[in-house]
Amino acid sequence: MAEWRTLPWIVRGSSLCLLVFYAFAVASPWIAPYDPVRQYRDQPDCPPMALHWTSGSERQHGWLFAYPMKMVNPLARTFVEDHSRKTYIRFFYRGHLFTTESPDLPWFMFGSEGLGRDLFSRIVYGARVSMFIGVVGVLISFSLGLAVGTFSGYVGGTVDNLIMRWCEIEMSLPQFYFLLALAAVIPSGLSTTVTFFLIVAIMAFISWAGFARVIRGMAAAVRTTPFVEAGRALGASRIRQLRRHIVPSVLGFAAVNASLAIPGYIIGESSLSLLGLGIQEPAASWGNLLSQAMDPQNVLHYPWVLIPGIFIALAVMSFNFIGDYLRDRLDPAVIR
Amino acid sequence: MVRFLCRRLLLMIPLIIGITFISFSAMSLVPGNFLTGLAMNPQISPQVIRQMQAEFGLNEPLLRRYLNWLWQAIHLNLGVSLQYRVGVITLIESRALNTLILSVSSMVFTWLLAIPLGVVVAVKQNSILDRVLSSMAFLGMSIPAFFLAFLALDFAVWVNKPWLPVGGTFSPDYANLGPWSKLADRVDHLILPVLVLGVAGMASLMRLMRSQILEIKRADFVRTARAKGLPESLVIGKHVLRNALNPFVTMAGYALADLLSGAALIEAVMNLQGLGLLLLNAVQSLDVPLVMGSVLMGTVLLLVGNLLADLALVAVDPRVDFGSLASQ
Repeated sequence: MAEWRTLPWIVRGSSLCLLVFYAFAVASPWIAPYDPVRQYRDQPDCPPMALHWTSGSERQHGWLFAYPMKMVNPLARTFVEDHSRKTYIRFFYRGHLFTTESPDLPWFMFGSEGLGRDLFSRIVYGARVSMFIGVVGVLISFSLGLAVGTFSGYVGGTVDNLIMRWCEIEMSLPQFYFLLALAAVIPSGLSTTVTFFLIVAIMAFISWAGFARVIRGMAAAVRTTPFVEAGRALGASRIRQLRRHIVPSVLGFAAVNASLAIPGYIIGESSLSLLGLGIQEPAASWGNLLSQAMDPQNVLHYPWVLIPGIFIALAVMSFNFIGDYLRDRLDPAVIR
Repeated sequence: MVRFLCRRLLLMIPLIIGITFISFSAMSLVPGNFLTGLAMNPQISPQVIRQMQAEFGLNEPLLRRYLNWLWQAIHLNLGVSLQYRVGVITLIESRALNTLILSVSSMVFTWLLAIPLGVVVAVKQNSILDRVLSSMAFLGMSIPAFFLAFLALDFAVWVNKPWLPVGGTFSPDYANLGPWSKLADRVDHLILPVLVLGVAGMASLMRLMRSQILEIKRADFVRTARAKGLPESLVIGKHVLRNALNPFVTMAGYALADLLSGAALIEAVMNLQGLGLLLLNAVQSLDVPLVMGSVLMGTVLLLVGNLLADLALVAVDPRVDFGSLASQ
């Protein structure tokens, strides 16, 4: 753990942040206190609820409790605390990290959204989409770009020329429009998993070419270095040269570039979902949760609908900080 | 130079064909077409639908349709939008001005602020100003632009002043205003989008400028310039700055393509009547001619922008010549 202490605090903070978000994604049923699609019909757009300490005599119910909210004006959706009842928060209870004693009297940590679903639970489930879209997308475009780039740079000649022209075509596509056009292709009846992979595939298809071009430039440079030529002179096969010499020498750079590309995927998915083209209700992603904030009136009256946006920003920022740090560490030419 | 130009212009032809073909095929992959929605309507008889299908040429195979479109496009005829029944060029023209105003003003705002700030921050490296501005730039880069747009809109609602309107391109009573009020109205509606686009663009530009200058500041020729007694302003202005400009010329070329398409998401979020919103609707209703027109325009702008950037690079940087550009 000595190395951990030498990291800048911002990188440590970012790593912790991402760790929490991935925990959300991996263990969502356990971390989310409620069913993310259960609609508490009598509590739509309920504000976040305050917590109170329990007095000594109620300690067998747990240390914390909240007063359930009662809607006093259904039109303006204003709520007051109902002091006649209490709902107790229990940890490690009924198979959740924390939840209330009765699921019928929920405690909304971040409030509830327009249909009365618990926003925090939806954010936890939404992390599945938002946190994995970047990793899966980068894995696809990374392996594709690495394979095509090293091959093209190593082989050279006409094949190289053709592949690079193709990459140029893909790089010249007006990206956001193209993303929209392809996203509109996704039929609406598909399951969330299929939609997720289609979105990833589309974004990876758009972004692998630029990646391949950079890798290709590096591979072409490595090809003429003495150690590769020595390998060739010793009779190493093409495959072996590619595998043992070319790929390892561009891998470090490629990995850093990949980590810097993750935020693009997160933002891309949220933008699509925000516009209603990505992950569809009732499944949650941070982007489609934020679509409630499209209406300024909504935000004015229920400011907690902005919370998913904070999660997006935090995730993007953490990836940026870590990627930036890695790049600085691996590239001595960059001045900090 | 003529050779270089010819080569690049010739290369553009397969690029444009490739890009438009990919987009065209993607649009045809969609189950259903523009008429699918109409066919659900019981008030429209199947006969009319069949008639329209023949009229739009939707019965023909993909390649034939694409070649038809391409042949017309070569004759500068981009066809008629299916949903608006207006020529695609007219439609794009009507919206392009709004988008152009927005992106040009945000670009001017961004570049005018980011470049000098980047220089100042790099010259005063590790000062408090540098620390504050650099971390702000990092924040600006990390916060998604659409989230900034939300915050800006909320700010506008919260302030609730007539000069800070909540989204839109102009007020509802725009047509009745005098010429000066019209201008003022436009400017009012530009404030927030320009700020949002500016903050996002400024951050990365400033960081790039900073790292460029820091790198060049250590070069030998800069030390020589100092050693021969040049005043610091000349060292920075003539020796460092000129050498740092290189990537910005290339970026300016990309910015040309972004002029018409870069603000699409912000337009959608802030409800601005620009090309982005038009295209979003076109994509969702599978209005193929309109989408293809926009894609073609975006592609041409991007390619021309890159070409112009390369030409400018040769003009600005004596180390770059046409030979080295062609071999890239």
